[in-house]
Amino acid sequence: MKIITCIKQVPDSEAKVTAQNGQPSWGEAPLVINPFDEYAVEAALLQREAQDGEVIALCIGPDSAKDALKHALAMGADSAILVSDPALGALDSQGAARVLAAAIQKIGGADLAIFGRQTLDEGTGLTVSQTARALGWPLLSFAGSIKAEGGKITVERVIEEGKQTVSAAAPAVLSVVQSIGEPRYPSFMGIRKASKAVIPVWTLADLDIAAPAPVVTRAELLNPPVRDQACEMLTGETPEAIAETLVEKILAEKVL
Amino acid sequence: MKTWAYIDHFQGEPVPASWEALGVAKTFGEVTAVILGAGLDALAQIALEYGADSVLVADDPALADYRAEAFAATLTALITDSAPQAIFLPTTTRTREVAAMSAFDLASGVLVDVTALEAQDETILATRPVYEGKLFEKVTCSARPQFITLRARAFPKPARQAGRSGAITKAAAQAESKTSVEGFTPAETNVNLADAGVVVSGGRGVANDPAKGFGLIGDLAKTIGGAVGASRAAVDANYIPYAHQVGQTGKVVSPDLYVAVGISGAVQHLVGMRSSKVVVAVNKDAEAPIFTQARYGVVADLFTFLPILNAAFKKKLGK
Repeated sequence: MKIITCIKQVPDSEAKVTAQNGQPSWGEAPLVINPFDEYAVEAALLQREAQDGEVIALCIGPDSAKDALKHALAMGADSAILVSDPALGALDSQGAARVLAAAIQKIGGADLAIFGRQTLDEGTGLTVSQTARALGWPLLSFAGSIKAEGGKITVERVIEEGKQTVSAAAPAVLSVVQSIGEPRYPSFMGIRKASKAVIPVWTLADLDIAAPAPVVTRAELLNPPVRDQACEMLTGETPEAIAETLVEKILAEKVL
Repeated sequence: MKTWAYIDHFQGEPVPASWEALGVAKTFGEVTAVILGAGLDALAQIALEYGADSVLVADDPALADYRAEAFAATLTALITDSAPQAIFLPTTTRTREVAAMSAFDLASGVLVDVTALEAQDETILATRPVYEGKLFEKVTCSARPQFITLRARAFPKPARQAGRSGAITKAAAQAESKTSVEGFTPAETNVNLADAGVVVSGGRGVANDPAKGFGLIGDLAKTIGGAVGASRAAVDANYIPYAHQVGQTGKVVSPDLYVAVGISGAVQHLVGMRSSKVVVAVNKDAEAPIFTQARYGVVADLFTFLPILNAAFKKKLGK
């Protein structure tokens, strides 16, 4: 079984991100593999363990995004590919999907392409569906578990309303949710292997496509409005008195 | 501007934010509500009552189960026939997929999880959170139709007028899909956090007795008509199922009232609840960051304070 896991590099969740002259800035905070994509890598490794085969990590980004791919290698991925090109500055989700689909085709296809449910930066959650569309593969989204048997992929989708069992013939595009299993920590051997890995970089010319023109474009990037209220700390002689004050305050807000 | 509202539902049960999408669409003039599924007569009538001028339904047994490919292909065909300029949808797991695929088919784009919007001529300038809600961006879509998915509770819900009528047009479904639904197990409790007007959430503060702590939180939520939420710490510690998680890796909520109990207020939790209208925090630690987001704060042990607060609410609300 050949599994491609599509990952992205994003600022660490603890980072303080601000808008500076219309651009996002996260200061000295590290860039990391998108946390949701770690579950995608985990899901790919679990399938390899169950089925044998290989796991290829794929990422679009600048040269520094190799660090995110090295994390996937350290977790246990067999190989990694970075798609990087100066012309890819203003990709929207649809453009990213076209580039990923072209890279997946250049790899020679796969049985599964596994994504995290969304990224922490743009967070549109669109790319996985659009990659499925670009490849013409079925989409099995929000998978909490995956079973592959004789070319048939069955997933248990974890959705708001419950759990839905859905199947499709491989090749398929999947997105996974946390119940797939906690991402494993990179092993010492894995980290050593990853640090020595030479990650190939593919340009748009290698993929034989032009830079997709964005349909969705950002006009402005803004810091959130500052909350100008101070917290009113409620005190009183007894907990009963405090509770009564709080109830009165809440009822006066007319939010119940 | 020719504008559509997409009514999202699960097996005929509408997602409430669909009506908010309908209300927004209506501000641009006449609006057609679009509904895909099976057995949609009742839902089509409700859409008229919430203000749709007409309803377009693809009502077909083949669409009884949601399958992204079939729903997207059907929507794409309807759009190709009628060429709307903009389609407003509630943001749900389903609409993200259907809009993404249909937009891809039509070489157009999707503005996702929109919290505010302006219109310049016929182009929508949409505000949406990025970087986990730490920043906002304003985005536009240069192609047509513009797909705009709205964050639940970011826009007002229109009033429902019983008996309001309008034309209901049936359209064909494109039922082919590469996926098949083999089974469904409904969730034990439907935790509809995104649409909740009141949320009471618990965190690590319940650690001494998680079952009792979330019991007390549930009691208070019941008294004030709220849904139960939780911090990631509480979910990671298995105090409560993931469906309740509020935050960057859980659900984003914007209730009128958010009560945070025993939650310290990690950044990843704050991004999930900071658009709440009124925030109340109860925490033992007076220095907890959650108080920076709160309008009212109480420094107290939740195990002693919650029963007292619940009793005080019951007394005032006559329950």
